[in-house]
Amino acid sequence: MALLIRTARALDPSEGLDEILNILVEGGRITALGRDIEAPAGGDCDVIDAAGLIAAPGLIDMHTHLREPGQEYKETIASGARAAAAGGFTAVACMANTYPANDNASTTRYILERAREACVRVLPVAALTVGLKGTALTEMGDLKEAGAVALSDDGCSIADAQVMRLALEYARSFEMPVLCHCEDSSLSFGGVMHEGAVSAVLGLRPIAPAAEELIVQRDIALAEWVGHCVHIQHVSTAGSVRIIREAKARGVRVTAETAPHYFTLTDEAVRGFDTNTKMNPPLRSASDVAAIRQGLADGTIDVIASDHAPHSSLEKDVEFDHAAFGIVGLETMLPLTLALVSEGVLTLAQAVEKFTCNPAAVLGYGRARLKAGSVADITIIDPDMLWTLERGRLYSLSCNTPFFGRTFTGRAVYTIVGGTVVHALRA
Amino acid sequence: MELSHKDLLGIEQLTAQEISLILDTAVSMKEVSAREIKKVPTLRGKTIISMFYEPSTRTRTSFEIAGKRLSADVINISASSSSVVKGETLEDTGRNLQAMNPDLLIVRHACAGAPKLLADALPTPVINAGDGSHEHPTQALLDAFTIRERLETLAGRSVLIVGDILHSRVARSNILLLNKMGAAVRVCGPLTMMPRAVEQLGVEYVPCLTDAVRDADVIMMLRIQKERQQGARFPNEREYSRFFGLNRAVLRHARGDVLIMHPGPVNRGVEISPDVMSLPYSIILDQVTNGVAVRMALMYLLTGK
Repeated sequence: MALLIRTARALDPSEGLDEILNILVEGGRITALGRDIEAPAGGDCDVIDAAGLIAAPGLIDMHTHLREPGQEYKETIASGARAAAAGGFTAVACMANTYPANDNASTTRYILERAREACVRVLPVAALTVGLKGTALTEMGDLKEAGAVALSDDGCSIADAQVMRLALEYARSFEMPVLCHCEDSSLSFGGVMHEGAVSAVLGLRPIAPAAEELIVQRDIALAEWVGHCVHIQHVSTAGSVRIIREAKARGVRVTAETAPHYFTLTDEAVRGFDTNTKMNPPLRSASDVAAIRQGLADGTIDVIASDHAPHSSLEKDVEFDHAAFGIVGLETMLPLTLALVSEGVLTLAQAVEKFTCNPAAVLGYGRARLKAGSVADITIIDPDMLWTLERGRLYSLSCNTPFFGRTFTGRAVYTIVGGTVVHALRA
Repeated sequence: MELSHKDLLGIEQLTAQEISLILDTAVSMKEVSAREIKKVPTLRGKTIISMFYEPSTRTRTSFEIAGKRLSADVINISASSSSVVKGETLEDTGRNLQAMNPDLLIVRHACAGAPKLLADALPTPVINAGDGSHEHPTQALLDAFTIRERLETLAGRSVLIVGDILHSRVARSNILLLNKMGAAVRVCGPLTMMPRAVEQLGVEYVPCLTDAVRDADVIMMLRIQKERQQGARFPNEREYSRFFGLNRAVLRHARGDVLIMHPGPVNRGVEISPDVMSLPYSIILDQVTNGVAVRMALMYLLTGK
C-alpha cells in the first residue's frame, strides 16, 4: 500500500533539504517528494498529516546492546527493535558482547536470522578479538561476508597495543570500520564512578578521566600509523574531546560518538547511589559535560548514539559497587538530543546529522535518504510534544534509566521502515 | 665478466649484468646434473663450509649437492652441534673456521645481517643462505632461473607474490631481483603481513587475491608460518586459506598458463590447495632442481677463478 506524508518539514542534511513537502512512498521506496505530490488516483493510500512535524531520514543508533543471544531476560532482538522503533530509530547497530560473543560468522548469521522478526533493521557489529579477550584476531573476512558491518570489542579495550595495531591492519585489509571502546583497565580497574569531588564525598572507587584519554590517544596514534580509520565510542571527557579535535585538525581519519547521558547528566547524579547512574565510562564533571556539548557543536563529535545497555533488577537492584554498568537509552535519546537544539547548542540540522548521515558514513551504511528512489526509512518527529517518561511505559524489556519522571519536549511519532509504519504514536 | 664483490650477501649488491651472468652460468651447470656421472672436477681441492644456524632441509642439501657435484669438500655445521651452544660468538666461530683455510662459507642465520658480519670479518667469500627476514639471494636467483627457463625473459613479465611479505626474505630478494630485471611485481596478503610503505619496495599492493592474479605470468605463494603467527597476524588457517590461499576457484581469474611457484616448505591446504600443486604449470619442484645449478654457478663464480 502507498503512503503519503503530507506537509512535513522534510529535513535531510545530507541532501541539503529543509522545506515543507509531501512525500510519497510506494513499494517500500520514496517515489516522489514535492509540494504538489498527491496520492495516486484509485489506489489504496494511507495519509499521514504531518503539519508541524519533521520528517527525517530514518534515525540510526550505532551503539546498542540487544543482549541476544544469551541474556534474553534483559532484552531480545525483537524487544530491542520495538524500543528502537518507539525511539524513532529505523536501524540499530548491535554490539558483540553477547553470550556467546558475536566473534564468528555463525553468531552473526544467527543475529541476522533473529532480526528478520524485528521491526527495525539490525546491523551486527562483530568482535575484533576472539571472545573479546584482546588476544587473537577474529575471522574478519568471514564476518564481513556473513553481514557484520563493523568491528568492536565494546565493553573492553584491547589492552595490548600490538594486538590493537594488528587488529586495525587486519580490519583495513577487509575495509571494516573499527569502533573503539577506550579504557585503560589497569587504571580504571575496580572503579565505579568518575574521579572528582563527588567520588571524594561518596567514597566510591573512582575512575580517572585519563583511563579513557590514554586509550583514545593510543588508538588515534595507531590509526594514524597504520592508515585506517577509527571511531571512538562513548566519549565522556573534555580531554578526549580535545585529543580528537586535534587529531581531526591534523587530518587523521577519526570519528567519535557520545551518548545523551554524557551531555545531560554529571557525576552529581550519583549522589543518591542510584545504580541507574552507573555506566562505563562514568558520568563526568560539569566541565566535561560542557566540553562534550562544545565538541558536538563544532563537529568534533560526529555521532550521538544511545549505548542502550539493558540490565534487569538482578544486575541493578544491588549495591552500587556490585551493579552492572549501563542504562537503556533508545527511547530517550531523541528528546535528550532535541533539548540541545532548544538550548541553542545544536541546530536542528546538526542534531539530525548526528544520528542519520554521520553514523551512516561511519558504518558505510547509507541507504536512508529523503530523495526519490531511496529506501523509505523515515522518522517523523513532533518537536513540540510534551511528555513524561513513566515507569512501565518502556518498550525495552529492561527499565534501567535515570530519566523516569522527567518531562521531555519532542518525540518520534511515526517510525517507518521500508515503507511500513512500525511505530505510530497517533491513531 | 666476473662478480664485483667477494661475497653474495644479497640481490641488492648485484647488477642486472651480474644476475644474467649467474643465470647463464647456471644453464651449463644444470647440464652436469643430467649426466650419468654427476660430477665435474672444477672445484677439486676446495673446501666449502656451510654453517646453518637455522633449520633447513632443501637449501642445505642443495648447497651440499652443488659443492659435491663440483668436487669440492663440503663440511656442514649446524648450530646445535657447533660451539654456539658453548657460548662462542659468531665472529669468533668465523675466525676459527678461517684458521682452517676454507675457500667458501655458506651462512644461514636467524638474524638479518649475520652473513655480512662474517663477510666483513673474514677474507673468505661468504654466500648468504638466508638471514632473518632480510635476504635469501640464492632462492631469488633460482626462482629467476626457473621463470626464465619457462618464459625466456624476465623483462616485462608480471609476477605476483602472495603471503607474508613482512617476514619473508624470499619475497625481499625476489622483489629486488625482479625489479632489476625489468619485471613488474605485485604483492597480495593481509595488511598485517605487509611491510610499511610496501610500495616503496617497488611493488603494487593489491588487497584482493582474485584481483591480484589477473594477467599475472607467475604466482609465487609464500609459506605461512602458522606456528608463529596464528591469532596474531591472521585469525586462523581457515580464514587465511579462504581469502589468501591459491585454489582452482581463484585460478579461474588468472591466465590459463600462469606459472605457480612456492619456495617451500608448503603448508598444503593453507596457502595452496593440493590440486593446484599438481597442475601442469606448477613448477615448484623445478625450483628445487634448479637450485642446485644456480648454487653450483655461484660456487664456481666466487671460488673457481
